[in-house]
Amino acid sequence: MKTLITASDNNTEALFDKRFGRAAWFCVYDEDSKDIKFIENMNVNANNGAGTKAAEKAVELDIKKIISGDFGPKAKDLLTKFQIQMVIIQEDELTINQIINTLTG
Amino acid sequence: MPRHRRLRKVVAPPGFHGFKPYGVVDISQDKVELLYEEYEAIKLSDYDGLNHENASKLMGVSRPTFARIYESARKKIATAFVEKKEIKSVYGNALLDENWYLCNECNARFTIPRGRSQQQCALCSSANTKNIKGEK
Repeated sequence: MKTLITASDNNTEALFDKRFGRAAWFCVYDEDSKDIKFIENMNVNANNGAGTKAAEKAVELDIKKIISGDFGPKAKDLLTKFQIQMVIIQEDELTINQIINTLTG
Repeated sequence: MPRHRRLRKVVAPPGFHGFKPYGVVDISQDKVELLYEEYEAIKLSDYDGLNHENASKLMGVSRPTFARIYESARKKIATAFVEKKEIKSVYGNALLDENWYLCNECNARFTIPRGRSQQQCALCSSANTKNIKGEK
Protein backbone atom coordinates (compact mmCIF):
# COMPACT_ATOMS: atom_id res chain seq x y z
CA MET A 1 0.00 0.00 0.00
CA LYS A 2 1.41 3.37 -0.99
CA THR A 3 1.39 6.46 1.17
CA LEU A 4 2.02 9.99 -0.02
CA ILE A 5 3.60 12.54 2.32
CA THR A 6 3.93 16.18 1.33
CA ALA A 7 7.54 17.31 1.67
CA SER A 8 9.46 20.56 1.36
CA ASP A 9 12.54 18.91 -0.21
CA ASN A 10 13.59 15.65 -1.87
CA ASN A 11 15.29 13.81 0.98
CA THR A 12 14.06 12.10 4.12
CA GLU A 13 15.58 14.76 6.39
CA ALA A 14 13.40 17.39 4.73
CA LEU A 15 10.61 19.02 6.67
CA PHE A 16 7.06 17.91 6.19
CA ASP A 17 5.03 20.45 4.19
CA LYS A 18 1.62 21.26 5.64
CA ARG A 19 0.19 22.33 2.30
CA PHE A 20 -1.11 19.68 -0.04
CA GLY A 21 -1.39 21.09 -3.56
CA ARG A 22 1.53 23.46 -3.17
CA ALA A 23 4.04 21.26 -1.44
CA ALA A 24 7.33 21.25 -3.38
CA TRP A 25 7.78 17.48 -3.32
CA PHE A 26 5.66 14.41 -2.77
CA CYS A 27 7.29 11.58 -0.90
CA VAL A 28 5.82 8.23 -1.88
CA TYR A 29 6.38 5.51 0.64
CA ASP A 30 5.55 1.92 -0.26
CA GLU A 31 4.67 -0.08 2.82
CA ASP A 32 5.23 -3.44 1.17
CA SER A 33 8.63 -2.87 -0.43
CA LYS A 34 9.73 -0.16 2.09
CA ASP A 35 10.67 1.88 -0.94
CA ILE A 36 10.85 5.67 -0.65
CA LYS A 37 10.53 7.82 -3.76
CA PHE A 38 10.35 11.55 -4.26
CA ILE A 39 8.27 13.12 -6.97
CA GLU A 40 8.46 16.80 -7.83
CA ASN A 41 5.22 18.71 -7.71
CA MET A 42 4.81 20.47 -11.05
CA ASN A 43 1.99 22.66 -9.85
CA VAL A 44 3.66 24.52 -6.99
CA ASN A 45 3.13 27.87 -8.66
CA ALA A 46 -0.08 27.14 -10.51
CA ASN A 47 -2.63 29.91 -10.20
CA ASN A 48 -5.44 27.54 -9.47
CA GLY A 49 -6.31 23.91 -9.28
CA ALA A 50 -3.07 22.85 -7.57
CA GLY A 51 -4.97 20.73 -5.05
CA THR A 52 -7.06 19.05 -7.74
CA LYS A 53 -3.98 18.27 -9.85
CA ALA A 54 -2.14 16.89 -6.84
CA ALA A 55 -5.14 14.68 -6.09
CA GLU A 56 -5.22 13.46 -9.70
CA LYS A 57 -1.52 12.68 -9.48
CA ALA A 58 -2.18 10.64 -6.34
CA VAL A 59 -4.89 8.66 -8.11
CA GLU A 60 -2.53 8.04 -11.02
CA LEU A 61 0.18 6.76 -8.67
CA ASP A 62 -2.31 4.45 -6.95
CA ILE A 63 -1.83 6.08 -3.55
CA LYS A 64 -4.07 4.84 -0.75
CA LYS A 65 -3.17 7.26 2.01
CA ILE A 66 -2.11 10.91 1.98
CA ILE A 67 -0.46 12.68 4.88
CA SER A 68 -0.55 16.46 4.77
CA GLY A 69 -1.45 19.46 6.90
CA ASP A 70 -4.64 20.51 5.16
CA PHE A 71 -6.80 19.65 2.18
CA GLY A 72 -8.80 22.14 0.17
CA PRO A 73 -12.50 21.49 -0.52
CA LYS A 74 -11.96 20.34 -4.12
CA ALA A 75 -9.08 18.03 -3.30
CA LYS A 76 -11.11 16.64 -0.41
CA ASP A 77 -14.08 15.82 -2.65
CA LEU A 78 -11.87 14.12 -5.20
CA LEU A 79 -9.96 12.07 -2.63
CA THR A 80 -13.19 10.99 -0.96
CA LYS A 81 -14.50 9.88 -4.34
CA PHE A 82 -11.43 7.78 -5.06
CA GLN A 83 -11.47 6.37 -1.54
CA ILE A 84 -8.07 7.70 -0.60
CA GLN A 85 -7.48 8.10 3.09
CA MET A 86 -6.58 11.61 4.24
CA VAL A 87 -4.47 12.19 7.32
CA ILE A 88 -3.97 15.65 8.78
CA ILE A 89 -1.05 16.44 11.05
CA GLN A 90 -0.94 19.85 12.60
CA GLU A 91 2.47 19.70 14.25
CA ASP A 92 5.24 21.85 12.85
CA GLU A 93 8.87 20.89 12.40
CA LEU A 94 8.34 17.22 11.63
CA THR A 95 10.72 15.57 9.18
CA ILE A 96 9.73 12.97 6.60
CA ASN A 97 11.83 10.44 8.46
CA GLN A 98 9.94 10.99 11.70
CA ILE A 99 6.61 10.53 9.95
CA ILE A 100 7.72 7.31 8.25
CA ASN A 101 8.99 6.05 11.59
CA THR A 102 5.62 6.66 13.27
CA LEU A 103 3.94 5.08 10.30
CA THR A 104 5.95 1.89 10.58
CA GLY A 105 5.71 1.90 14.36
CA MET B 1 -11.45 20.00 36.55
CA PRO B 2 -13.59 22.00 34.15
CA ARG B 3 -16.29 20.36 32.17
CA HIS B 4 -15.13 19.40 28.70
CA ARG B 5 -16.19 21.57 25.83
CA ARG B 6 -18.96 20.28 23.72
CA LEU B 7 -17.80 20.29 20.12
CA ARG B 8 -19.46 22.93 18.00
CA LYS B 9 -20.89 21.81 14.70
CA VAL B 10 -19.44 23.62 11.74
CA VAL B 11 -21.01 22.95 8.36
CA ALA B 12 -18.00 23.98 6.30
CA PRO B 13 -14.68 25.36 7.46
CA PRO B 14 -13.86 28.90 6.34
CA GLY B 15 -12.68 29.08 2.73
CA PHE B 16 -9.57 31.06 3.68
CA HIS B 17 -6.54 30.62 5.86
CA GLY B 18 -6.50 34.18 7.04
CA PHE B 19 -6.77 37.89 6.37
CA LYS B 20 -3.95 40.40 6.31
CA PRO B 21 -4.21 44.16 6.57
CA TYR B 22 -2.47 46.07 3.79
CA GLY B 23 -1.06 49.57 3.59
CA VAL B 24 0.23 49.23 7.12
CA VAL B 25 3.74 50.37 8.01
CA ASP B 26 4.20 48.83 11.43
CA ILE B 27 2.38 45.56 11.00
CA SER B 28 2.13 43.68 14.25
CA GLN B 29 3.77 40.29 14.21
CA ASP B 30 1.21 38.52 16.37
CA LYS B 31 -1.91 37.17 14.83
CA VAL B 32 -5.48 36.87 15.96
CA GLU B 33 -6.61 33.29 15.86
CA LEU B 34 -10.19 33.01 14.70
CA LEU B 35 -11.56 29.58 15.50
CA TYR B 36 -13.73 27.67 13.04
CA GLU B 37 -16.71 27.86 15.40
CA GLU B 38 -16.31 31.62 15.69
CA TYR B 39 -16.31 31.95 11.93
CA GLU B 40 -19.43 29.78 11.82
CA ALA B 41 -21.14 31.92 14.48
CA ILE B 42 -20.50 35.11 12.50
CA LYS B 43 -21.64 33.40 9.31
CA LEU B 44 -24.90 32.04 10.76
CA SER B 45 -25.76 35.16 12.64
CA ASP B 46 -24.64 38.02 10.41
CA TYR B 47 -24.41 36.50 6.93
CA ASP B 48 -27.33 34.07 7.03
CA GLY B 49 -29.32 36.37 9.29
CA LEU B 50 -30.40 33.73 11.79
CA ASN B 51 -31.25 34.66 15.34
CA HIS B 52 -29.10 33.28 18.13
CA GLU B 53 -31.72 30.74 19.16
CA ASN B 54 -31.79 29.03 15.73
CA ALA B 55 -28.09 29.44 15.12
CA SER B 56 -27.27 27.80 18.46
CA LYS B 57 -29.43 24.80 17.54
CA LEU B 58 -27.57 24.40 14.25
CA MET B 59 -24.25 24.42 16.03
CA GLY B 60 -25.43 22.03 18.72
CA VAL B 61 -24.76 24.34 21.68
CA SER B 62 -26.98 26.31 24.04
CA ARG B 63 -28.02 29.84 23.21
CA PRO B 64 -25.86 31.44 25.93
CA THR B 65 -22.85 29.47 24.67
CA PHE B 66 -23.56 30.57 21.13
CA ALA B 67 -23.71 34.15 22.34
CA ARG B 68 -20.30 33.73 23.99
CA ILE B 69 -18.74 32.27 20.83
CA TYR B 70 -20.25 35.08 18.77
CA GLU B 71 -19.06 37.70 21.27
CA SER B 72 -15.54 36.31 21.19
CA ALA B 73 -15.55 36.24 17.38
CA ARG B 74 -16.56 39.92 17.21
CA LYS B 75 -13.97 40.81 19.82
CA LYS B 76 -11.24 39.09 17.82
CA ILE B 77 -12.21 40.71 14.53
CA ALA B 78 -12.38 44.12 16.18
CA THR B 79 -8.98 43.58 17.78
CA ALA B 80 -7.51 42.63 14.41
CA PHE B 81 -8.96 45.77 12.80
CA VAL B 82 -7.91 48.22 15.47
CA GLU B 83 -4.53 46.74 16.26
CA LYS B 84 -3.77 46.02 12.57
CA LYS B 85 -3.26 42.36 13.19
CA GLU B 86 -3.49 39.45 10.81
CA ILE B 87 -6.43 37.08 11.23
CA LYS B 88 -5.63 33.41 11.00
CA SER B 89 -8.27 30.71 10.97
CA VAL B 90 -7.54 27.78 13.27
CA TYR B 91 -9.37 24.57 13.99
CA GLY B 92 -10.64 25.19 17.56
CA ASN B 93 -13.33 22.96 19.05
CA ALA B 94 -15.19 22.38 15.85
CA LEU B 95 -16.95 19.30 14.64
CA LEU B 96 -16.91 19.23 10.89
CA ASP B 97 -19.74 17.87 8.86
CA GLU B 98 -17.63 15.04 7.49
CA ASN B 99 -16.50 11.72 8.76
CA TRP B 100 -13.20 12.53 10.43
CA TYR B 101 -11.51 10.59 13.18
CA LEU B 102 -9.10 11.87 15.77
CA CYS B 103 -6.27 9.80 17.22
CA ASN B 104 -5.85 10.37 20.93
CA GLU B 105 -2.22 9.26 20.86
CA CYS B 106 -0.66 11.34 18.10
CA ASN B 107 -3.42 13.92 17.53
CA ALA B 108 -3.62 13.19 13.83
CA ARG B 109 -6.97 13.57 12.15
CA PHE B 110 -7.89 11.15 9.39
CA THR B 111 -10.72 9.79 7.31
CA ILE B 112 -11.63 6.20 6.77
CA PRO B 113 -12.77 5.73 3.20
CA ARG B 114 -15.69 3.47 2.40
CA GLY B 115 -14.83 -0.16 2.04
CA ARG B 116 -12.09 -0.07 4.65
CA SER B 117 -12.97 -1.39 8.05
CA GLN B 118 -9.91 -0.71 10.19
CA GLN B 119 -10.62 1.49 13.16
CA GLN B 120 -7.01 2.22 14.02
CA CYS B 121 -5.07 5.41 13.55
CA ALA B 122 -3.77 5.85 10.03
CA LEU B 123 -0.50 7.24 11.31
CA CYS B 124 0.58 5.45 14.48
CA SER B 125 -1.79 2.44 14.27
CA SER B 126 -3.09 3.16 17.77
CA ALA B 127 -6.60 1.91 18.49
CA ASN B 128 -7.26 4.89 20.74
CA THR B 129 -9.26 6.91 18.25
CA LYS B 130 -12.59 8.64 18.23
CA ASN B 131 -15.01 9.75 15.61
CA ILE B 132 -15.32 13.52 15.65
CA LYS B 133 -18.62 13.45 13.87
CA GLY B 134 -20.48 10.80 15.80
CA GLU B 135 -20.69 12.40 19.22
CA LYS B 136 -23.20 15.10 19.99
